[in-house]
Amino acid sequence: MNTIIELAYLVAAVCFILGLRQLSSPKGARNGNRIAAVGMVIALAATLPQRHFTTAGVIIIAIGVVIGGAAGSIGARTVKMTAIPQMVALFNGVGGGAAALVAVAELLTFGQHPAFANSFPSVFSIVIGSVSFAGSMVAFAKLQELMTGTPITYPGQQIVNGILAAAIFGFVIAVLAVASIPFSFISLMVLALVLGVAFVLPIGGADMPVVISLLNAFTGLAVAASGFTLNNFALIVAGTLVGASGSLLTKLMSDAMGRSLGNVLFGAFGQTHAGAAAVAGKEGRSVRTGTAEDIGTLLAYSQRVIIVPGYGLAVAQAQHAARELADVLEKRGVEVTYAIHPVAGRMPGHMNVLLAEANVPYEQLKEMDEVNDEFKNADVALIVGANDVVNPSARNAPGSPIYGMPILNADQAKNIIFMKRSMRPGFAGIDNDLMFDPKTLMFFGDAKDSLTKLVSAVKAA
Amino acid sequence: MSNELLNELTFFVLSIFVGIEVISKVPTILHTPLMSGTNAIHGIILVGAIVIAADASSPVNIVLGLIAVTLATTNVVGGFVVTDRMLEMFKGRNQAQKSDAVKETTPTK
Repeated sequence: MNTIIELAYLVAAVCFILGLRQLSSPKGARNGNRIAAVGMVIALAATLPQRHFTTAGVIIIAIGVVIGGAAGSIGARTVKMTAIPQMVALFNGVGGGAAALVAVAELLTFGQHPAFANSFPSVFSIVIGSVSFAGSMVAFAKLQELMTGTPITYPGQQIVNGILAAAIFGFVIAVLAVASIPFSFISLMVLALVLGVAFVLPIGGADMPVVISLLNAFTGLAVAASGFTLNNFALIVAGTLVGASGSLLTKLMSDAMGRSLGNVLFGAFGQTHAGAAAVAGKEGRSVRTGTAEDIGTLLAYSQRVIIVPGYGLAVAQAQHAARELADVLEKRGVEVTYAIHPVAGRMPGHMNVLLAEANVPYEQLKEMDEVNDEFKNADVALIVGANDVVNPSARNAPGSPIYGMPILNADQAKNIIFMKRSMRPGFAGIDNDLMFDPKTLMFFGDAKDSLTKLVSAVKAA
Repeated sequence: MSNELLNELTFFVLSIFVGIEVISKVPTILHTPLMSGTNAIHGIILVGAIVIAADASSPVNIVLGLIAVTLATTNVVGGFVVTDRMLEMFKGRNQAQKSDAVKETTPTK
């Protein structure tokens, strides 16, 4: 019997590996996800027959699966495409929480002096799982705008975090070396939850995808640690796969923003003052605004227009309106392309997904490296709800929080149309010099309304 | 060190290498779906949650088991479904036109 279970786990592990491989190529990605899901079903099915179930056990598993299944599927099905990053954060957080609770339950069965090989992975899982749970909830709150997306810092923050980490370390030693009693590991859990919150608070909302990816890797490791506690092969392999691939993915994501992971996680410290000074110096400058007619005419008589979509387009669900504008322009012989910054929107690939939904031809979507040299030949750069990804301070203001991030060269276009809801700074919370550029015309309003107005204006021109 | 622990460490270390190797060539546009897909895979903690819930009899274990199973199931189901929804958008234009472009959001036209 045990052999069959182990073999089933092996099959599940192979499914996860093949699934991950497929998930990293555009063609097979959807299949990859399904292969991984099949692996999950196999692993779960293999787990059931080997158990001795109490009546209470059967009931709580049934209730848990029904509630969790309903919450997961309803949440995942009804979430808007714009809100997907925070949904991923939520699903990641609950996984981390589950890993921590499994470890707590196991520690309770080990007695006061468990073997190190049992207590160490349990303690690890409790700490990392709890950090992941609490951190993910803060990431969710930031992205959902339940709290401010700007980094939250206060004097002595690093000292507080240091004390917190030291206290956690102290309780870890207490559980491992002195006695594994509920008071110690419950305290450990509470402190780790606080640390998770403290860890994510000083990170800006725009960096949340990287943080979620990191916490995702954390949860994977917590799951693997729980696997050591339970001597469960499936948990060890699947958790470690996620821990390893998630860590690499985190690095790839911060690379795509042109920053080191350390800068993403701890960049808020020491930079607040420089940022504030830079903003203060920019008061009192004026911007030019245009009417729909002005801009429509400008667009209609251009030869090359590059559309730069951003989160504003996603929020307003303006992808169809953008496509419509591109269509009427192309009918007049204007060449239209879309410049896609790797982190435009709130997750990598966000814009590709939205524009694909509006049936924008793939050939018109250009990645940053491909399109950056074309801006200087473009008559108009039409920025729709993007901000930080075209902010020149990433190039020329060393004090800026986004300094060093590769940006789109929209400022090199002959004319720049900046469509925004207001003068409010972007998600990184900093001013954008491009708005004050003499070549720039601002066009305020909801992206969808504004684009629809421009469509009529182009038709009339 | 017991044989079992040694085996587990072997799997652990090999899995690290496989995990890194298998996604090393992922293009930027797939970063988020991949993150979401790996997120669903760590929902395997549901196996662990079922193991601790199965023989629960004390009130503490019942509460822990119930919460763990609920959270882990949310992770698995939500993770796979949301990844599938994301990837649905990546399929070829023609298919997308036929079915899902209309279903997901109301077009402006």
